[in-house]
Amino acid sequence: MTTSVPMTHGLILAGVLFAMGLVGVLVRRNVIFILLCLEIMLNAAGLAFVVAGSRWGQADGQVMFIFILAMTAAEVSVGLALVLQLHHHFKTLDADAASRMRG
Amino acid sequence: MLELLWLIPALPLVGFLALVCLKPAKSLTALVGVGSVGLSAAAAFFVGARFLSSPPPGHTYRQTLWTWIRLDGLDAGFSLYLDPLALVMVLVITGVGLLIHLYSAEHMIEDKGYRRFFAYMNLFVGSMLILVLADNLLLLYLGWEGVGLCSYLLIGFWYENPSNGRAARKAFIVTRVGDTALAVALFLIYRHLGTLEIQRVMAQASIEWPVGSNLALAAAALLLAGAVGKSAQLPLQTWLPDAMAGPSPVSALIHAATMVTAGVYLIARTHVLFALAPAIQAAVAVIGAATLLVAGSSALVQRDIKRVLAYSTISQIGYMFVALGVGAWAAALFHFMTHAFFKALLFLAAGVVIQALHEEHDMLKMGGLRRQMPLVFLTFLAGSASLAALPVITAGFYSKEWILWAAWSSQQGSPWLWAAGLAGALLTSGYTFRMVFLTFFGPTRPREIAQPGLRVQVPLVLLAVLSVIGGWLELPGPMGNVHFFSDFLWGSLPAPSHLHGSPSTELFLEAVAAVASLAGIVLAYWFFLRRPGGTEALVRSFLGGILNRFWLAGWAFDWLYDRLLVRPYVWLAEKDRDDFFDQIYRGLAWLNRASYQGLSLTQNGQVRWYAMGMAVGAAIVLAMVVFL
Repeated sequence: MTTSVPMTHGLILAGVLFAMGLVGVLVRRNVIFILLCLEIMLNAAGLAFVVAGSRWGQADGQVMFIFILAMTAAEVSVGLALVLQLHHHFKTLDADAASRMRG
Repeated sequence: MLELLWLIPALPLVGFLALVCLKPAKSLTALVGVGSVGLSAAAAFFVGARFLSSPPPGHTYRQTLWTWIRLDGLDAGFSLYLDPLALVMVLVITGVGLLIHLYSAEHMIEDKGYRRFFAYMNLFVGSMLILVLADNLLLLYLGWEGVGLCSYLLIGFWYENPSNGRAARKAFIVTRVGDTALAVALFLIYRHLGTLEIQRVMAQASIEWPVGSNLALAAAALLLAGAVGKSAQLPLQTWLPDAMAGPSPVSALIHAATMVTAGVYLIARTHVLFALAPAIQAAVAVIGAATLLVAGSSALVQRDIKRVLAYSTISQIGYMFVALGVGAWAAALFHFMTHAFFKALLFLAAGVVIQALHEEHDMLKMGGLRRQMPLVFLTFLAGSASLAALPVITAGFYSKEWILWAAWSSQQGSPWLWAAGLAGALLTSGYTFRMVFLTFFGPTRPREIAQPGLRVQVPLVLLAVLSVIGGWLELPGPMGNVHFFSDFLWGSLPAPSHLHGSPSTELFLEAVAAVASLAGIVLAYWFFLRRPGGTEALVRSFLGGILNRFWLAGWAFDWLYDRLLVRPYVWLAEKDRDDFFDQIYRGLAWLNRASYQGLSLTQNGQVRWYAMGMAVGAAIVLAMVVFL
């Protein structure tokens, strides 16, 4: 029986992934990269669920990951549609170009 | 039948609400506006007939509609009180008010504010009826303020012209001085007598306050100040001549039926307090005498026909104050009634003339209208004769006679008051017939004259008849000895105290007054019809020129108040621009503006910035959950 990965390691990995995703969302201006970074953040959250599920030997963590996958698929479809609209309107993929709602 | 009392003030108020809320069409507007006051007049007539045929016990009838305010010790009901004094006021207000409304239905037909006009007029009449029917001083104050508000709205009715707005504000602010005094009087009376119900106030005051006590003096003085403001007496008379800015029916209503007579009513209603303060009552007479001379001389030189009538109203109210001051309460009420008839008539007729000449107010540009407007001329002549107290035939003669006789013979009277009244009578007939001669006599000028319709003619004729026969309700001792009016008022107002002087003296004084009145007419004829150049020579002379300018400005009271009050106040306001309190509010405004600018910076429209906000917020919440 192989020794399981310690939970702390899994959670640290999830945290690092989440932080990377967040930084990516905040610093990238290209919308496609922002969406990619969002995916990373979601997967980091999913990893945290899986790690926790394996720690307590419950299936819940993996069930939650399935949910997150499904939601991500939906999110990506909407996100890509928005990307297309953005490109159509502004002829660019720069998220900062769409700032007409400034107060 | 007396139970219908509540309908009298309610109907005009319902008319007001209907006009404001339902926005009826033009023809329906006149029906609602005139009809509500007409029904109110009918109710007043029925109640009055019932009151005369089978008087209620004690000649008073009280109707409590609902409790208005009930606090610890203060119990102000919304209740009406009818006695002979209130009944006379109600009949005059609704009767004359109805005729004025009927006249307005035609006179104002071209005006685009037709509905607004009738709404204000109905509210005006309703407020005045609440004032005179009020059972307690608080309800009276409600009507008092309602009347003030409506006068403001109606004087500034043609608000597009800024000077009309200024006249309206002036009327409101000057009368407010008196209103404040009246409010303080209410506080004082409630503080010391513990009630505001008028009859109980009177009863308790005569028990608790000895004659001439300080409290009675203070209460009477404050009430007098309130009356002086509303009734345009010295020193608060300056608003009334400017109140001519409103349409003519408004002037008729303000001068005849509502508003300016409220002060006379207030003093008559609280006459017990004035009897407890003889010094203040004497002041009432002196104020009246001074006012009637000041206003009478000012009326003598005015060129604007409505300003002549305005000064004449101030002067005639001065007569009523003289009567109140010498304790001839019924005489004041009698003069109020006859004055309502002829002054409403004069304003309405003047309104026809002004409208026919395309808003021309200057009498010197009228002239010769006698043949062009015969009906208006005849009715105007009847009103003028009554105002000038033409002997024997007019109502104004009997009422003015009664006041002069009381001023001479009553216990509080004096020959000085009588002499002032006599001089006033000379002035009155002088300026009245100056107005008649300048407007209607002289060479006829070619002009297009639109003749008034039926709805204007009927009120004019009715009021002309009333200003002639209205005096027969009360004839003096040597001339018929009819005392219907004073006997009727006996229930609410005591008879003048200790009339001394024999009937022969009375007859002699009446003859003197009649001569004064006729002399005024003859002088007016001489100066303004026979020798029109004579007055110009007078005006050109040094003294005459000064006097002319002085009187034209109404004894320069406006100038005085401007220097004494308005300018120092404006100066102070300008100097005080940056005081500490302004800094507080300016700081608040700055804070608002700064936070607005700061917060609007955060809304920069960039998605990444908002995501950052969410991330930081989530981090803070997590940190709070973990560490706290």
